[in-house]
Amino acid sequence: MIDVIKGAMLLTGSSFMLLAAVGLLRLPDLLTRMHATTKAAALGVILIMLASAMHFAEVGVVARSFAIIVFILITAPIAAHVIGRAGYFVGSRLWSGTVKDELRPNYDPLTHELKSGMETQENAKRHPRNTDPD
Amino acid sequence: MTGAIWNLLLGLAWVLLSGDFSGLNLLVGMIFGYIALLLIEPQVDGLKGYPARVPRFIGFLGFFIKELVQANLRVAFDILTPPWHMQPGVIALPLSARTEMEITLVANLISLTPGTLSLDVSDDRKVLYIHAMFLDDEEELRRNLKEMEHRALELFR
Repeated sequence: MIDVIKGAMLLTGSSFMLLAAVGLLRLPDLLTRMHATTKAAALGVILIMLASAMHFAEVGVVARSFAIIVFILITAPIAAHVIGRAGYFVGSRLWSGTVKDELRPNYDPLTHELKSGMETQENAKRHPRNTDPD
Repeated sequence: MTGAIWNLLLGLAWVLLSGDFSGLNLLVGMIFGYIALLLIEPQVDGLKGYPARVPRFIGFLGFFIKELVQANLRVAFDILTPPWHMQPGVIALPLSARTEMEITLVANLISLTPGTLSLDVSDDRKVLYIHAMFLDDEEELRRNLKEMEHRALELFR
């Protein structure tokens, strides 16, 4: 029974990693590629590590596989975020099928200022003070 | 935090006293330690809220794994079938997280679920810009993200 579970986890894990590779080739632009590679690959590694921990069932191996899982969970989203952000601001083109972009109008490429679009509401609520310039 | 450390110490004491050095026995010790902490919580100020936080944390783990698998299957389906069903786009999500630590946590959790990738946070820390792969039902997506943020913040407040 436990052999079947281990085998199933290994197979699903490696097929998720294969999917990540296929996605990297097939998807049209940088940001969608980041989606495929980081998350599917992370899930694949997690499943494989769980399977190996179950197979060996020794304290050393189990501790190491959990450490690997924790480090993957900490580093993968940060890497994806940093690469995606850098790519976006450097100006990599979004896919033609992109339906909306709420970031572009709020970003000033000269000053690198990124507004939230909520400043006007804040200003409307704010009461004028004596120290305000006219 | 003190509660978690005490729980671990009680678990280790159980392992030492019973003399069975295995992961399963440590888990048993942690469970007994948790019960002990639950019983003395009303008398010790440093433990306030810890016993209630543990089931919430386990519930959050379950919720997160469910989201992770569901979203992964959706992305996998779109990669494998030839026509593109996805409608990617960048949306602005208003944050209820306030401190830097909370924003980091929420942004990482959003990046970790497939189909959403946090791009940047606005200069005034009010809005998180997210690249999403499936915008065909934007309301549903926003509701899901908000629920995840709410559950994550509950763990620390």
